Amino acid sequence: MTDSIVIIDYDAGNLRSVQRACAEVGAAAVISNDPQRVLAAERVIFPGVGAAGSAMRSLRRTGLDAALRQAVEAGKPVLGICLGLQISLDHSEEQNTPTLGLIPGATKRFRLDRPELKVPHMGWNEVRPVRAHPLLEGIAPGDEFYFVHAYYPAPEREANLYALATYEGDFAAAVGQGNYFGAQFHPEKSGRFGLRLLRRFIDWDGQC
Amino acid sequence: MLSKRLIACLDVRDGKLAKSVRFVDTKDIGDPVEKARAYYEDGLDELVFYDITASSDRRSIMLDVVEAVAKEVFIPLSVGGGVRSVADATDLRLAGAEKINVNSAAVQRPALIAECAEAIGNQNVVLSMDIRRVPASQACPSGYEVVINGGRTPMEVDGLAWALEGERLGAGELVVNAIDADGTRDGYELQLTAMIAAAVRIPVIASGGAGKPEHLKEALTIGKADAALVASMVHYGDYSVSELKRYLHSEGVKMRMSW
Repeated sequence: MTDSIVIIDYDAGNLRSVQRACAEVGAAAVISNDPQRVLAAERVIFPGVGAAGSAMRSLRRTGLDAALRQAVEAGKPVLGICLGLQISLDHSEEQNTPTLGLIPGATKRFRLDRPELKVPHMGWNEVRPVRAHPLLEGIAPGDEFYFVHAYYPAPEREANLYALATYEGDFAAAVGQGNYFGAQFHPEKSGRFGLRLLRRFIDWDGQC
Repeated sequence: MLSKRLIACLDVRDGKLAKSVRFVDTKDIGDPVEKARAYYEDGLDELVFYDITASSDRRSIMLDVVEAVAKEVFIPLSVGGGVRSVADATDLRLAGAEKINVNSAAVQRPALIAECAEAIGNQNVVLSMDIRRVPASQACPSGYEVVINGGRTPMEVDGLAWALEGERLGAGELVVNAIDADGTRDGYELQLTAMIAAAVRIPVIASGGAGKPEHLKEALTIGKADAALVASMVHYGDYSVSELKRYLHSEGVKMRMSW
């Protein structure tokens, strides 16, 4: 049996929040750490909260790193969320961790040398699309999404940058390449706008 | 830039919303799931549930409430009341809470903060502190003392020192609940909130005393808080969530205004 959506379970996040949000927009998603199910799924969500180092260890141990790479290569729509986006890049400053390398770039830590900036960047912030993408359609100026993170993705190529947000400076809030799309914010916790993005992911054919 | 947050706190007793003890009328004020859904739809930024009974036999009722709310409300959900162990925190997380509030048990055993941070991540551990004003002393040089058990038990622990210790142990956020102001509707304890917010690098939530929209503005400006927590102000229909946010926005406080 093919699951329509598999949420990758790598001991990292509040996966059920993502599952509940999918249910709210009409999709039954399965949480699994079985690489075979990931390979068989029609589309994959790769969420994350936690640290890059332990997440990568967990992915390698279970073989999910290879399964995820294959899912992306096979052209399946894949959605990375927060840490799930960060570890799609080549390298993370968090615990100096080599990551999956699906998209050229690195994950960096906010410098936060201004004392009024709290760590982590936690709360609602405006997401500004800089390039059209099916998953970002409908986002209007001033629309905010929920963020919780101390590290941010820095894609090497302009072409992979889809949206910006501003904290100590501008950073990538959404990164994409072909059938892979990553959000630094949490669509599952971002109210109606976040749910709309998830609904768009469920309908997405992986083209952009 | 990052918006300030408006957070509503719902006290739950036996699966129902509880009234503040300061009110004579004892009828419950409704179904927490309905209330949560209504606030969410009206633009609330974050929701906190507090289990004010929190004895072990009632734990499962609370888990049911959290689960029911998490199915309908897609903003951050924080839960507290009687969390004593990583197991308590994990149960609540599985039921759908993002963030776990620790309070009395952490004062009695500070390692609880570090254990929870290790298990569920710093950003998900909220240290909720009940603090009262006292004459400055050797034990409490800041003039603020930590109290526990809903304000009944003074701990001879300095409020500012405890905030710093909580941050050091791995709390991702602090709720500063001023016991003297709580329920008075006279305004937040701004001096306390500002003192703690200036001393730590983690977000600070002002709690206790909100009665008018101006109080929220004060907490988020003079009080230097990252978020303002309200309860009775919205529960009794005196103000709506969106009305408060519109007011703050019009006063120049950065708020999330579309939802």
